[in-house]
Amino acid sequence: MPGSIPSFATSDAPAVVRDDRTTRWSGLARAARTGAGAVGLALTLTLVAVALLADVISPTDPFATVGRPLSAPTRAHVFGTDDLGRDVLSGIVHGARTSLIVTAGVTLLAALIGVAVGTAAGYKPGAVDDLLMRGTDFVLVVPRFFMAVVVIALFGPGLDRLILVLGLTSWPAIARVVRAQTLSLAHQAFVDAAHALGASGVRIALRHVLPHTLPAALVIISINAAGVILLEAALGFLGLGDPRLISWGYLASNAQRFIRIAWWMALFPGLAIALAVLGLNLLGDAVNDLLEPRARGAAGA
Amino acid sequence: MTAQYLLRRLIQVLPVAAGIVLILFVLVHTAPGDPVLALAGEHGDAAYYAFMRHRFGLDRPLPEQLAVYVGRVVRGDLGLSYVHGRPVARVIAERVPATLLLTGTALALSSLAGVALGVWAACRRDRSVDLTVRAGALVAHALPPFWLAQVAAITLALGTGLFPVQGLTDARQALTGWRYLVDVVHHLALPVLVLAAGELALMTRLTRTGLLEALRMDYAQTARAKGLSERRVVYHALRNALLPLVTVVGGRAGMMCTGAVLVETVFAWPGVGQLMLSSIQTRDIPVLLGIFLLVSVTVVVVNLVTDLTYAWLDPLVRYE
Repeated sequence: MPGSIPSFATSDAPAVVRDDRTTRWSGLARAARTGAGAVGLALTLTLVAVALLADVISPTDPFATVGRPLSAPTRAHVFGTDDLGRDVLSGIVHGARTSLIVTAGVTLLAALIGVAVGTAAGYKPGAVDDLLMRGTDFVLVVPRFFMAVVVIALFGPGLDRLILVLGLTSWPAIARVVRAQTLSLAHQAFVDAAHALGASGVRIALRHVLPHTLPAALVIISINAAGVILLEAALGFLGLGDPRLISWGYLASNAQRFIRIAWWMALFPGLAIALAVLGLNLLGDAVNDLLEPRARGAAGA
Repeated sequence: MTAQYLLRRLIQVLPVAAGIVLILFVLVHTAPGDPVLALAGEHGDAAYYAFMRHRFGLDRPLPEQLAVYVGRVVRGDLGLSYVHGRPVARVIAERVPATLLLTGTALALSSLAGVALGVWAACRRDRSVDLTVRAGALVAHALPPFWLAQVAAITLALGTGLFPVQGLTDARQALTGWRYLVDVVHHLALPVLVLAAGELALMTRLTRTGLLEALRMDYAQTARAKGLSERRVVYHALRNALLPLVTVVGGRAGMMCTGAVLVETVFAWPGVGQLMLSSIQTRDIPVLLGIFLLVSVTVVVVNLVTDLTYAWLDPLVRYE
């Protein structure tokens, strides 16, 4: 008998959020279908591919002297050579690997902490939320670039400490976004339904709430990753990179010494950084536009 | 804004400041080697190390060391720079005006131009101006500041010769009076433009988004229905759209300092950033610790001022 179903159960069902696992990740595919999203995805995949296949793609060993020092771009060395006759293109290809290792490590660490803190804070209002958000606000204030400078100056250069210090200071933005999402989900009908079925709080948080926060988290994570590429390059530029590895920042810092005579040493590594950052930002924007159609083409920073 | 809110917000600063000093203390003590090296440098003799150990209480138990360290830092004693042979605080303070001139000018420029461009783009939504501004903002936001600085130095300074490549003044002639001022502005132009570019991109995007959102609000529709000109409607909406920008500008203090360091390095601008680069190269760790502290304090103070400004501007902010 149709009249026995209370009207609020049908008419007030949330239209925005469905606990539908098949549509959860199709957002990324749809994002790629917009022009900017496709460019972003292509640039990001290129970065990953170049980094993974660096040894195959790279024309020469990035540390080997293969030509005349400081020669402008030629057919043999399309991006020119540096002061020691090393191929700049090979440096950029291998620099992509260093950049990706640091960015992936930092992003993974920051995403783990950010999602955990955000979910816990959003799901447990009161003392837990207060404490976690105070901590988040504190880490947000710590200037991570300067902190990394101090850590590397004290502990010496190395990718491990670089990833650790940037990862431990890069999560607050992620935590805030995940918390806001969790808060808005905590009283949706499907969460109440899971409660009514006797699911434990932890199970609801992990299995029902967390998956729905991930698309929004992905936006801030990709924009965060773009920032990490810039930070890694900036630290390398100041001479704080691992001296055993070629990095984009190192190439730019070396270029600074020859800026009056070798424009190609400065131009190409920076271009690679800009394209990698642009790719991640475009990807984040495209996913954001899908989540918030109202602000289409005007994604937040 | 009540005095109570002001007081509470001021008190909230204390645990943050304590946390930052604690981070410094922990870092200095967990770093490999004797902590006195981090405070006195690597090239001192035994007598100097003994003096610094005593000065920073390193010869006493750990909790007492923390108390001594906090006491020293609160009084502005950050140790001595062995490279400069003077107190760290004084070495850094000498470089602050040049950096303030650079960042302050860049902030003012990017805020004004960013709001103007954002309004322009929003008023011509999806037309060529809007698309150009949006694409430009997206690209500008992705450029590494040091690279933009290098490209500007290569093209605009070395290429055209219109701008000086490095420094704050022309070292070849000692100028005075307004000619000195013109010389400084001439040297300032490129570093400021480069530093402002990234912030400009952000401000433009946020102004455009905020204004478009505000223009969709009921009050904007009402204003239109009352027959107000579109110019007046935009003016009404803009006041509300700009409010969140206060918070964004405040939250960018740390990034602004990072950008300043990189831009100063390329243009040899004699500010805190250049001091940081030379301190990295000479491993002058006391100075690096001091700069970290200075930037942290700056971020905290800017956040405080931002919050108070926001509360003052927005009557809806609750003072609890």
